[in-house]
Amino acid sequence: MTVVAPEHAMTPVYEFPDSLTSVPTHYCPGCTHGIAHRLIAEVIDELAAKERTIGVASVGCSVFACRYFDVDFGQAPHGRAPAMATGIKRVAPEALVFTYQGDGDLASIGAAEILHAAVRGENITVFFINNAIYGMTGGQMAPTTLVGQKTASSPAGRSLVGQGAPLRVSELLAQVDGAAFVVRRSLHDVVQIRRAKKAIRRAFEVQEQGLGFSMVELLSSCPTNWGLKPDAALDFIRDEMVPAFPLGDFKVPEAETAGAAGAGTADSSAAGADAAGSAVAGRARRG
Amino acid sequence: MKGTVTVDEPRCKGCALCIPVCPKGLLRLADARFNARGVHPVELIDPSSECTGCQLCATMCPEAAIAVYRAVRVRA
Ligand SMILES: Cc1ncc(C[n+]2csc(CCOP(=O)(O)OP(=O)(O)O)c2C)c(N)n1
Ligand code: SF4
Ligand code: SF4
Ligand code: SF4
Ligand SMILES: [Mg+2]
Repeated sequence: MTVVAPEHAMTPVYEFPDSLTSVPTHYCPGCTHGIAHRLIAEVIDELAAKERTIGVASVGCSVFACRYFDVDFGQAPHGRAPAMATGIKRVAPEALVFTYQGDGDLASIGAAEILHAAVRGENITVFFINNAIYGMTGGQMAPTTLVGQKTASSPAGRSLVGQGAPLRVSELLAQVDGAAFVVRRSLHDVVQIRRAKKAIRRAFEVQEQGLGFSMVELLSSCPTNWGLKPDAALDFIRDEMVPAFPLGDFKVPEAETAGAAGAGTADSSAAGADAAGSAVAGRARRG
Repeated sequence: MKGTVTVDEPRCKGCALCIPVCPKGLLRLADARFNARGVHPVELIDPSSECTGCQLCATMCPEAAIAVYRAVRVRA
């Protein structure tokens, strides 16, 4: 093989996404919030939608997301990002509108807002970062905390009795007629990260097609509050979170459930979606 | 040489998530130096030009700190 001089022959195949700013993030080393940011920015770049994208940050570790994405941004009160995104999308229907919410924000204080945004079939995209904990405030129990998981507010481990089982938000929202696209992916390895990116792209496309509410739940790490090194935190997602929060497509537009070629369907078989996921038939809206 | 990577050292948080995903084992923490955050940034050690530009490292990086390049055939 001929060795060629890099300066003359090397062409970039991966570069820093345009839709991120150069501001250094405050996320802890190895926190997969950063991977979620990167994937969303890469997809906005691919869709050439940077100039008309409007994000809504929530309250949680991602409260400063507006500093990291190089797109217009709002920052909503705790749990209210879907309400703010609703208003933005209704007055600017040409905009690509997304919320970025943690599990404390979306599944706890914001449970009503997310449910009714889905019920109304709001044509917005939600990125739901499930790390099974309240990261920002020091690691308290979230509705998504696993049974037995020790947190600052469940020092003996979450107990079924008195605290209940983790809430599976994607499965819940897939029951809602207004939801067009609801899938769960994970960020714990390269293969899963690639699948997550495809789902993010599909969710944005569902919004562009006016099909209604779309959500991608992403299983994400919190090495700091889990008390694990970054690599061990990825193993925790794979070994502990994925069994409790199965990956798959819980609702996709009808055309995709019928045809094997649909991006969502192809993804779901690859991700090992369970029968329950594919049994929830998608219903296209405003198509 | 098929490919190469550059690391944005000031952005790198030294989380080491990129290191085990490199199929050629070409990445390591530069333990002789620190960046401004006080962590050892990742560096590429590729004396025999083994990097294929596969992008696995960049796919894993939470900071988007890795850029990847691939050789293109140069016409004579
Ligand atoms: C009205 C209100 N109640 C409570 C809080 C405290 N608080 C800040 S962030 C947070 C939870 C964040 O957890 P999550 O949404 O899972 O995000 P993470 O930090 O894990 O990414 C809470 C309860 C607040 N800021 N405002
Ligand atoms: S506290 Fe947890 S979720 Fe927040 S930045 Fe650190 S690792 Fe990430
Ligand atoms: S591009 Fe591939 S071969 Fe090159 S350093 Fe990254 S992971 Fe290793
Ligand atoms: S994954 Fe990124 S931030 Fe982490 S050590 Fe590698 S280059 Fe640095
Ligand atoms: Mg959380």
